[in-house]
Amino acid sequence: MESSLLTSATAAELINLLKGGSVSSVEITQAFIQRIQAVDQKVHAFLHLDEEDMINQAKSSDQRRAQGKSFGQLDGIPVGLKDVISAEGQPLTAASKILENYISPYDATVTRKLKEAGAVIGGRLNLDEFAMGSSTENSAYGPTRNPWNLDCVPGGSSGGSSAAVAAREIPLSLGSDTGGSIRQPASLCGVVGMKPTYGMVSRYGLAAFASSLDQIGPFAQTVEDAALLLEIISGHDPLDSTSYPSNVPSYSNELKVPLEPCKLGLPQEFFGEGMDEEVRKSIDLVIEFYKSKGFEMIELSLPTTDLSIPVYYVIATAEASSNLARYDGIRYTSRSERATNAIDVYAKSRGEGFGEEVKRRCILGAYALSSGYYDAYYLRAQKTRTLIRKDFDQAFKQVDAILTPTSPTPAFKFGDKSEDPISMYLSDIYTISTNLAGLPGISVPCGFSQSGLPIGMQLIGQALNESKLLSIAHVYDQEHKYGRKAPSL
Amino acid sequence: MKYEAVIGLEVHVQLDTKSKMFTRVGTGFGKPPNTLTNPVVLGLPGALPVMNLEAIEKSVKVGLLLGCKIAPICKWDRKNYFYPDMPKNYQISQFDQPICEGGEVEIEMPGESPAVMGSHRKVELTRIHLEEDVGKLTHYETDSLVDYNRAGCPLLEIVSEPDLFSPDEVFAYLTSLRNSLVSAGISDCDMEKGQLRCDANISVRPVGTKALGTKVEIKNLNTISGVRNGVEYEIKRQTQAMLEGEKIVQETRRWNPDQRYTTPMRTKEMAHDYRYFPDPDLMPVKIEQQWIDRIQKELPEKPFDKQRRYQSEMSLPYSSTSALCGDRPLCEYFEQAAAHTNVPAKVANWVVNDLLRELAQNNDQTDSKAETVTLDNCKISPQALAELISLIEEGTISNNVAKELFPEMFSSGKSAKELVKIKGLEMKSDGDEIEGLCAGAISKDPDAADKFRGGKEGAINALKGAVMKATRGQANPKLVDETLRRLLSS
Repeated sequence: MESSLLTSATAAELINLLKGGSVSSVEITQAFIQRIQAVDQKVHAFLHLDEEDMINQAKSSDQRRAQGKSFGQLDGIPVGLKDVISAEGQPLTAASKILENYISPYDATVTRKLKEAGAVIGGRLNLDEFAMGSSTENSAYGPTRNPWNLDCVPGGSSGGSSAAVAAREIPLSLGSDTGGSIRQPASLCGVVGMKPTYGMVSRYGLAAFASSLDQIGPFAQTVEDAALLLEIISGHDPLDSTSYPSNVPSYSNELKVPLEPCKLGLPQEFFGEGMDEEVRKSIDLVIEFYKSKGFEMIELSLPTTDLSIPVYYVIATAEASSNLARYDGIRYTSRSERATNAIDVYAKSRGEGFGEEVKRRCILGAYALSSGYYDAYYLRAQKTRTLIRKDFDQAFKQVDAILTPTSPTPAFKFGDKSEDPISMYLSDIYTISTNLAGLPGISVPCGFSQSGLPIGMQLIGQALNESKLLSIAHVYDQEHKYGRKAPSL
Repeated sequence: MKYEAVIGLEVHVQLDTKSKMFTRVGTGFGKPPNTLTNPVVLGLPGALPVMNLEAIEKSVKVGLLLGCKIAPICKWDRKNYFYPDMPKNYQISQFDQPICEGGEVEIEMPGESPAVMGSHRKVELTRIHLEEDVGKLTHYETDSLVDYNRAGCPLLEIVSEPDLFSPDEVFAYLTSLRNSLVSAGISDCDMEKGQLRCDANISVRPVGTKALGTKVEIKNLNTISGVRNGVEYEIKRQTQAMLEGEKIVQETRRWNPDQRYTTPMRTKEMAHDYRYFPDPDLMPVKIEQQWIDRIQKELPEKPFDKQRRYQSEMSLPYSSTSALCGDRPLCEYFEQAAAHTNVPAKVANWVVNDLLRELAQNNDQTDSKAETVTLDNCKISPQALAELISLIEEGTISNNVAKELFPEMFSSGKSAKELVKIKGLEMKSDGDEIEGLCAGAISKDPDAADKFRGGKEGAINALKGAVMKATRGQANPKLVDETLRRLLSS
């Protein structure tokens, strides 16, 4: 089979091809490796690719299948990992110089689950250093480019994960989302990206940015594929104390059950100033579509919306300042050659090893936790966070999901916002409150701007009800399939 | 002006748990460096902590043992500071909600002699909290090495009120605390292995005043005698400084055990801002009353309570109880043996004198290859000891014979009855035979007989000795005594 047909296929289609025996996992894997070799110089989604290891995994998968011992749906399908998710024997840089020489000696729980499902773990995907940023411009190894326009950012922080799927370099990938880091790049690259309920997916093995906000989630061309990947990685993990002890339904099977039209909320605070006109028009069309399907649209208010960015930047930076303390030049992180004493080892190794944004956030966070400031910043932010959560609780008494744009604008040009941290922070304005409330959110492609840049819509669901959220998203996606459109590279 | 010292102690106790505080890796002392590690212990990217239930249970046990209020919620905080013995550069600890609050430690001061009970007092506790231990640094000329085997082990910090007033009280406090914790199976509290560590906060004030003076924290007090010496030195140093009109600086000082003085480590201005905040990786744990009730039920008797019970219910002398009560397995041994006799005081005497002596001698002599003998593998069972004592009580053997048999029982494991039978050591209580021997002894030593008759009571012992010698110690001493007195008075 022609390799471009394989790389443009969805995971669901590849699964059928494998089941039918018309193609092998080795052929699929080789097709994607060739694609990466062909286009990744332009896109730079990958920080590392272990081709031999991928082919060996694919061979094992084919052998299992030949013996009738396939592990499951994803057996033989390549999945890329954001370079903050541990895989035994593979590098983990978090796009930081300080972890340049670190090889993870263990698998993250999601990696283990993928391996147990037979997936071919392939490639380490670029990001903003330690997942701090919205454009991948903060990667110490150079930015990823948006496959739809190489002069534009792919979004971030999981820009490598979204761009790789958009560029058809990998059918599925995992990212992490702390304030929008899956949904915003999914929107900017025209693919599906989902952040599950906090606690649905184990964080064990995910290099932490902000522990109370981080969540791993899938990227795919379609909602159906995202559901397939999510059901593999979800579920309780005894190694993560914050993981929910709930059972995981088969999301992909539940998508096949027809959904009764339900109620969608439109929060007025999300539709105000700052939204690009083309984004607004696309969302209006989405609203019209759902109405035509019998969905009821309810305008509602989330009054604490404007507090979410300041609250986020206190909590996330405070947690980060502590989480990143372990990168100190003592054990596995790079040590400054200029260090002449113990304090130097810390100061110079961290000074040289971390980028500007990481340092900025560590300093902000340490300040917020300092004695005398704790009550005014951290404690107050936590209290406000509770109010934000209550806002959503109120809203979900009236509606089944909330519909918003994912990002106020389509992809922006390199350098447009990188000199102005605040304007960069504002590109997560629609996504951040979801993390603060611990809710699931999904970004689904819903059109293109006149200049050909993708636009995404966001659906926010009730905690632990990813089934409903995926079903609502699927109603739109199966009829529009904007994620199936591929950029020409 | 006279000055008095006020001392508060912070005691760190390593809990004896199967695995570490937040991960499944085992605990242990003396293993090759950095072998008790995994991604969680080493703080690798992505590693997460999961709480150890056994550590919580043991902490609650300590709290109940010391009469503390147990917190309804066990919550975790991060204490942030950079130091190479800390893999994450933060320590998971408890800041504003310790697992236990209040409580007290009963102490006993030395009596006039070892046979006399000293005065008792209760020292108040502030709080007890649970945290993870750090690694161990060893410094060389140009390098330092770190061993993370100890890192992440559950560590209990027991903080006393400033309620101790002398080095002797500090010593008594640590001894009592250690006895309670060891006997409850909380920890072996071996200071040499770092299982018990102690920092002291010391201040001095003019006698008669209430306000506390400026406190100085002393670290590196690594042995019980080190604690006593370090505290003693620091009190003298501060008192001297006060007498000379100097101001005491609030600071942390290090005790140097070889040179026997303290030196400054850091002042208050250099103190860390630990930036405590709740650890977002760990959920608070509810400590249900049912759980507390169950632990309460299984709580062992406290050493001083046991000592009082032995004195009042079993009429044991103070010296025996003080030798027994710091050692729970020894007490269990004693109680099992005592249950088979009705002379507990005699049993206690055998246990604290003969049994402990044999154990000590045996373990001094044995080379390293031989197994050390402990109460667990001791060849004299509590029942066997009870049997030996019963043989004396019944008059089957004399006390002297029993003393001779004991080491043999210890080494061979044979019972007292067996040995008595094999060796024909039953006590001779035949009246006629004894009378004949006594008469013979008197005729052979008329001097002694005369002296006794002349009022010298002690002279009878020579005659008794002669009879005993003639019977290889088997003559019933009571019968010999009676018979001699009768013959000598007639």
